[in-house]
Amino acid sequence: MRSVMFRFHVCAGEIFELKAELNSDKKEKKKEAVKKVIASMTVGKDVSALFPDVVNCMQTDNLELKKLVYLYLMNYAKSQPDMAIMAVNTFVKDCEDPNPLIRALAVRTMGCIRVDKITEYLCEPLRKCLKDEDPYVRKTAAVCVAKLHDINAQLVEDQGFLDTLKDLISDSNPMVVANAVAALSEIAESHPNSNLLDLNPQSINKLLTALNECTEWGQIFILDCLANYTPRDDRESQSICERVTPRLSHANSAVVLSAVKVLMKFMEMLPKDLDYYGTLLKKLAPPLVTLLSAEPELQYVALRNINLIVQKRPEILKHEMKVFFVKYNDPIYVKLEKLDIMIRLASQANIAQVLAELKEYATEVDVDFVRKAVRAIGRCAIKVEQSAERCVSTLLDLIQTKVNYVVQEAIVVIKDIFRKYPNKYESVIATLCENLDSLDEPEARAAMIWIVGEYAERIDNADELLESFLEGFHDESTQVQLQLLTAIVKLFLKKPTETQELVQQVLSLATQDSDNPDLRDRGYIYWRLLSTDPVAAKEVVLAEKPLISEETDLIEPTLLEELICHIGTLASVYHKPPSAFVEGSRGVMHKRLPAQGTECPDVGNAAGGSAPEAAPSIIPSQGDLLGDLLNLDLAPPTTPAVLLPLVWLPAMKAKGLEISGTFARRAGVIQMELVLTNKAMSVMTDFAIQFNRNSFGLAPAGPLQVLTPLGPNQTIEVSLPLSTVGPVMKMDPLNNLQVAVKNNIDVFYFSCQYPISMLFVEDGKMERQVFLATWKDIPNDNESQFQIQDCHLNSASNKLQGSNIFTIAKRTVEGQDMLYMSIKLSNGIWVLAELKVQAGNPNYTISLKCRAPEVSQCVFQCYEAVLKN
Amino acid sequence: MIGGLFIYNHKGEVLISRVYRDDIGRNAVDAFRVNVIHARQQVRSPVTNIARTSFFHVKRSNIWLAVVTKQNVNAAMVFEFLYKMCDVMASYFGKISEENIKNNFVLIYELLDEILDFGYPQNSETGSLKTFITQQGIKGQTKEEQSQITSQVTGQIGWRREGIKYRRNELFLDVLESVNLLMSPQGQVLSAHVSGRVVMKSYLSGMPECKFGMNDKIIIDKAGKGGVTNEAGKSTSGKQSIAIDDCTFNQCVRLSKFDSERSISFIPPDGEYELMRYRTTKDIILPFRVIPLVREVGRTKLEVKVVIKSNFKPSLLAQKIEVRIPTPLNTSGVQVICMKGKAKYKASENAIVWKIKRMAGMKESQISAEIELLPTNDKKKWARPPISMNFEVPFAPSGLKVRYLKVFESKLNYSDHDVIKWVRYIGRSGIYETRC
Repeated sequence: MRSVMFRFHVCAGEIFELKAELNSDKKEKKKEAVKKVIASMTVGKDVSALFPDVVNCMQTDNLELKKLVYLYLMNYAKSQPDMAIMAVNTFVKDCEDPNPLIRALAVRTMGCIRVDKITEYLCEPLRKCLKDEDPYVRKTAAVCVAKLHDINAQLVEDQGFLDTLKDLISDSNPMVVANAVAALSEIAESHPNSNLLDLNPQSINKLLTALNECTEWGQIFILDCLANYTPRDDRESQSICERVTPRLSHANSAVVLSAVKVLMKFMEMLPKDLDYYGTLLKKLAPPLVTLLSAEPELQYVALRNINLIVQKRPEILKHEMKVFFVKYNDPIYVKLEKLDIMIRLASQANIAQVLAELKEYATEVDVDFVRKAVRAIGRCAIKVEQSAERCVSTLLDLIQTKVNYVVQEAIVVIKDIFRKYPNKYESVIATLCENLDSLDEPEARAAMIWIVGEYAERIDNADELLESFLEGFHDESTQVQLQLLTAIVKLFLKKPTETQELVQQVLSLATQDSDNPDLRDRGYIYWRLLSTDPVAAKEVVLAEKPLISEETDLIEPTLLEELICHIGTLASVYHKPPSAFVEGSRGVMHKRLPAQGTECPDVGNAAGGSAPEAAPSIIPSQGDLLGDLLNLDLAPPTTPAVLLPLVWLPAMKAKGLEISGTFARRAGVIQMELVLTNKAMSVMTDFAIQFNRNSFGLAPAGPLQVLTPLGPNQTIEVSLPLSTVGPVMKMDPLNNLQVAVKNNIDVFYFSCQYPISMLFVEDGKMERQVFLATWKDIPNDNESQFQIQDCHLNSASNKLQGSNIFTIAKRTVEGQDMLYMSIKLSNGIWVLAELKVQAGNPNYTISLKCRAPEVSQCVFQCYEAVLKN
Repeated sequence: MIGGLFIYNHKGEVLISRVYRDDIGRNAVDAFRVNVIHARQQVRSPVTNIARTSFFHVKRSNIWLAVVTKQNVNAAMVFEFLYKMCDVMASYFGKISEENIKNNFVLIYELLDEILDFGYPQNSETGSLKTFITQQGIKGQTKEEQSQITSQVTGQIGWRREGIKYRRNELFLDVLESVNLLMSPQGQVLSAHVSGRVVMKSYLSGMPECKFGMNDKIIIDKAGKGGVTNEAGKSTSGKQSIAIDDCTFNQCVRLSKFDSERSISFIPPDGEYELMRYRTTKDIILPFRVIPLVREVGRTKLEVKVVIKSNFKPSLLAQKIEVRIPTPLNTSGVQVICMKGKAKYKASENAIVWKIKRMAGMKESQISAEIELLPTNDKKKWARPPISMNFEVPFAPSGLKVRYLKVFESKLNYSDHDVIKWVRYIGRSGIYETRC
């Protein structure tokens, strides 16, 4: 009975055979046939031809057979939408079944069938199931709302399912609560500015109660949701922490990590002198260590997270160095991560142990691991000054092993040690020089050349050594060539008499025989320096070097804070923000740690990290900003100009239908104004419109209202309200919109571009302090500057406000007017702007800062359009 | 959330493929096969990102289980889910092998439908799953039975059903510890810890309330302060209490109660389950000490002498003792002499394996070996892997003692005294290594 064949090709004969079996009268035979169909489906064969026959088996009281048919339906319904309708009746009937398991099964499966026509029929059964008396059905229905939202967001909103879902958070059954939280969190993620997950102290309390009672998975959903909440003050924060800490003893590592995330985030708000703060720090260490006795894959996830935690709060694990010692049988990915953390935790107190371990690792087999271990020894030397001498001698021991890659790695790190502690360890140079011939990696060769050049005066045969490198100059990599050039110039400046020939040789090699522009440029600069002013050359080339930092590979503070908010998730494993690997709008929302106390908006400072460097454009201090605010002229904003309609679809391309149109924003609603002209001979009817996925989720908020037939040579104007909750896909250009219009003749496609100002929402005025903090918080890389030419205006801010560009402050610096403005897009992206206007100069300069720098170009275009209009 | 789950055999052929999210296409199945299973180099991370799609994988014997997603999922949850899925499958059809998966693929699809909904893990307790996912189908249930199933699946005590009856109320407690050690050649302990588990098998009627007590320092201190135990109780247990670094509990244990009162109370699942896991690092009894001596005699010969000493009460017996002494790759011949047990050179494993069936406490034994080496011009030095050891001892190396396990069932007429309770301690070697 179980001998289902796997490796067969579906040929016509087989399909025929299966067809016959599916239509058999015998139940057992039917079931076996469906099993065979599913088996072929699994291995990727196309069995969609059997659709009607399989669906016929659906009406059965055998639950196992029913489940198999449902599985088939989920896979093929999308490719056969018309036939899938055949199944609707059974679904609707099953949703009324007395058996709760069948009711749940029906609603669960129906949500997985992504066919528009079926979703319409889903609404009524779903509404009933959300209020079902059985919790098993309710918890399934809760997830189904998220499924439906993924297919048709508008429908879910129109049908009021979101409110029902919110009500389920107060359900008496903990699993229903957990699923409702999961569904709401997911929906909220695609609408960053909607206030869907209205977290307040009351709802938080409900969640914390459910947390004690639901399954391990439910606890994860609830904790992950809690992490998005920002408590009002430190007392609330402490009371939540107290109720979350018991989760640290859960057997499920994901529950533990999610609890750690909540604690790490909320701890930020606690005053550091509070007793509880210290207690909490102590409580965090043991569960983190316990994670390391989990299975290796989980250990890997835990270690990646611990790496972040150690950077943020090194005090938590500072006494736990030993647990990160590498075990011989650890998988390589665990070993490499442990090594990273060991270096971060190394301090004067434990350096002896760490060094002994690292030395041990340097004799292992895996090349990557050994290299990292050697590099780690060097980093210890730089980090803990007292250990530098021991580290150097350990490195020398390793060089003695003559294992090629160990030697090379050691030389690279010794170079860094020389830089950190100049004039201290030069005695080892002789040993290094012995290994000159074995170096075949560019990084090691470059390091060695640097050493020879830097200490040329102490190496008797420095010129010979460098000359030997020079022989194969053209075969070296750029890194080595550049280093060699510099080293020989250094040598020349130190021993000018003997090395004149050598320096000329290298300069000519670099400038005349090389086609690498960097190398040529550096060559020419040296040449000119040496020929015009040797004293200046000495000052430049042999200048004192800046100190190198103690910690390397540190994650940038703003990114670190964001990653701390994502503990346990993929972002924390990749050490990248979600926007770097998630498509669509989900990743755009950036999470931040809350600030300590309520009156300090500057997150960078509150978090104890160094404040970000001042932005290149001048941002006034807070006091000035307040004063300047009084100078703002508060005249009513002028209404924005309306764009002229453009022809989007010429009649030639659309069998006589011409469409032109434009966009407008009226009373907070985006309108697409269409002018339809019939240039054909026959009457047109049955108009409908659809959009492709687009960057900001624009979608028609209702059907196209063309009620009367459009006769020949008639023109009709329609305005179509748009919503911004449709499916999202990044377009190029960003504001591109692909539209399909249907009538009784055919379907026509065209694309148009909407001005991005349509998306500027009315509540885009940022608080002044928030503006300041945000401006500092956005990395400078995200800033773009543009010029607007030939602009003659008296009151730019009024004009801009009509387009929902809000001026927050204005001030005058040396005859220049600086206007600070904020804009909020419909998907929650903020754009901050600084407009510089110089009296009498028609050219304005504008700097835009935004977390999603892609939009800057579009926003600039819209500035230009508004200001010049 | 989880976008889909694939199961492959060692060749990379798909055995099971279930997609939960629309953003996962059929090509994801192939992407994982090409980039991970068929990859030239060994895969260096359990999480792989291929063309903006993330894959999580675990391997069980030669079966690959992979979860695929395009979102920022909770990575720890995904792995916990994969392990759980393996447990559930194993409890349904035994070993996870290609053949078992093929024979049970309908069951697996049915389970996947129940355990994951739209990529969200739902209910994964085998106990309750087995009440309604059976290979026979669930025909002919009464209405009461159906609602009992659903209330159990979604209820607060999802791990236990009502109305369990045993004629004899009995429970078995196993304290299973694995002791881990890394020692330097000079006998200095570099790191040592015990990871322990308390495994319970309970055959109890009704919905019993249980309370578990052990000689954890904090629990005892707390009880002492509260004045619950008298002086006598303190003096008997005070000295032997141990410091537990951290512990985690089965989901049946009330964590908030443990956090506030350090008391471990729960309604147990029926049958066998793991009640708690714990970890200790202080005052560990190391059952064996290994003293290695390796001497290189010229380039072609090694002399190895290893002494093991047992360090526990003479009345106790250690069993299944195995010492593994690694040998260089270019070993050509080995001569071994040992005082006790049997020793053999296993060329395929590059090691001398020395086995002793039994050994009492406070004893000592020795092995010496001469290893002949082939001359090589390989520059790379032999890495000298550590000497590892396996054994089993009838006590808990952490010193943990079960003090009580009380059972209360108010509705049925049996009391704590009527329950027959068994306790057993087993200490095993985890990674027990001595560098040489």
